[in-house]
Amino acid sequence: MNIPSNLKYTKTDEWFDPASGRMGLSDYAQSQLSDIVFVEIVVAVGETVEAGKPIASVESVKAAAESYAAVSGKVVVVNESLADAPEILNSDPYGAGWMVQVEGGDASGLMNAAAYEKYCAERAH
Amino acid sequence: MTEPTIYELSSPGRAGVTFPDPDVPRAKLPDSLLRADLPLPELAEVDVLRHYVNLSKYNYNVDGGFYPLGSCTMKYNPKINEDTARLPGFTFTHPLQPIETVQGNLALMYTLQEWLKEISGFTAMTLQPAAGAHGELTGVLIMRAYHKDRGDAKRVKMLIPDSAHGTNPASSGMIGLDVVQIPSDARGNVDLAALKAACDETVVGLMLTNPNTLGLFDEHVEEVVKIVHECGGLVYGDGANLNALLGILRPADVGIDVMHFNLHKTFSTPHGGGGPGSGPVGVTEKLAEFLPSPIVGILEEGNDDMPPLFGFITQKKTIGRVKSFHGHFGVIVRAYTYIAMHGADGLRQVAEYAVLNANYLRTRLNKTYRLPFDRICMHEFVAEGKVEGSDIRALDIAKRLMDYDFHPPTNYFPLIVHEALMIEPTETENKVTLDAFADALIKIAEEAKTQPELLHEAPHKTPFGRMDEVKAARELVLCCWLPEDYEKK
Repeated sequence: MNIPSNLKYTKTDEWFDPASGRMGLSDYAQSQLSDIVFVEIVVAVGETVEAGKPIASVESVKAAAESYAAVSGKVVVVNESLADAPEILNSDPYGAGWMVQVEGGDASGLMNAAAYEKYCAERAH
Repeated sequence: MTEPTIYELSSPGRAGVTFPDPDVPRAKLPDSLLRADLPLPELAEVDVLRHYVNLSKYNYNVDGGFYPLGSCTMKYNPKINEDTARLPGFTFTHPLQPIETVQGNLALMYTLQEWLKEISGFTAMTLQPAAGAHGELTGVLIMRAYHKDRGDAKRVKMLIPDSAHGTNPASSGMIGLDVVQIPSDARGNVDLAALKAACDETVVGLMLTNPNTLGLFDEHVEEVVKIVHECGGLVYGDGANLNALLGILRPADVGIDVMHFNLHKTFSTPHGGGGPGSGPVGVTEKLAEFLPSPIVGILEEGNDDMPPLFGFITQKKTIGRVKSFHGHFGVIVRAYTYIAMHGADGLRQVAEYAVLNANYLRTRLNKTYRLPFDRICMHEFVAEGKVEGSDIRALDIAKRLMDYDFHPPTNYFPLIVHEALMIEPTETENKVTLDAFADALIKIAEEAKTQPELLHEAPHKTPFGRMDEVKAARELVLCCWLPEDYEKK
């Protein structure tokens, strides 16, 4: 399980990068979903997102899921390339698989990598 | 060996039908409606028949074998249902006929409403919704209309446990409600503390699937209902799992306010490709006037000499019509037949055997597969499709079951169980079948350790092997172009 130490994490398995303001799905989330076949970002540039509210709809061969905003903030860029290549979420969840970039995000309520690793381990039987 | 598509079998000039001479004067179609490029296949009748018979042989069906598809209640559908649905008095009537000429149809609908009310404890019923999720949508529209009518406009939240059917959040989302997920506790019940925390004056209600998708009866159902009612919310019951409760518990008696039935599950009408479904909705007294209209009622009471006059009644504050005409009438006839054939005691036995069969399978399998919630189940249970010391997954087990001539259980649902295999045997299977299925699953667990490649590459005995699900989902081809035209594009 890849859990970069520079990122912050939610209980719903999203990551947030305080340095860039980007957020996306964690490696744990993509591995649980398995092959992702459809992604739709449901927020637009200029909108204000609220932490915990949906930013994307994700479908895999196993399940459909929502991805939630890790932090509140104003959307400055969305990753348009995901729509045509949803498999990026599987292959590079922390890099090219970023979903939305916000400004003004406050990561203070999120888990650090160590806490998130423990949280993931607790859920694996 | 692959059956070609009907387009590949086509040959110009072949014909399956000869049109009779018209008995009205010929008229020319307007030029704007004429086209020369309509790509319809041309085949003889025998070729069409063989094509579809051959395709049907690829299909697995409940008339051919065991179909333990969890959540779907794929019970055997008695053939007498088909006989009654084909009675000419039903097939040669039209919903726009004057009511005096279709009293038999209306009496049947009225009686089915009454029976469903007796089975569930509700006071009013609509037969309009076309299927289960349509019934849910109807139910949540009724819940919203009820709050609006009381002048309570601030209710926008629907609470949905994470063990509910996946259609519940979809139905609520479709009418613009905010869905709030409520977690399960360690025994698979609704987490009462989380429920309490989510209940406030903005709650429209709770959508409760009970037994839930883990096949478990919520041990605190009355407490759950009470908490929701105390904040002014209503409780929706997802009746898809009613098969486990027939004749044993009436949902209205534990405080459920509104519930849909799946006639195509509980009351044995064909579904799963064959369909259509039917999702009647029952409500308690305070919601009755919001039901979709019209509903079938008695316009004039009968007496010893005259039967009553049945007709249509419009509810005062109805949410409107949710289906053209009066629902799926042919399905309604089949469900009526099923209930009439079983009677009250028979229906109770249906539930008892459904629960007994599920628990028999559960206890035969719980030493081989991990059951995350291993307590007495209702009509179905959920196992983890994993084997210690092997990398095989639920999907591999499901595919391998096809080599043993069984339809796989539902897999990867509910989402709260990793690698879920959701098994619902139904009441119509005998012990020999249940044992053969359990034996196959136990053998597959052995194979997972000794010959894992058998599972990874399964199925081996079906006309087609392992399908590429990722490619199928990512590269959608949904057009009906001729194959050669598709190549060109």
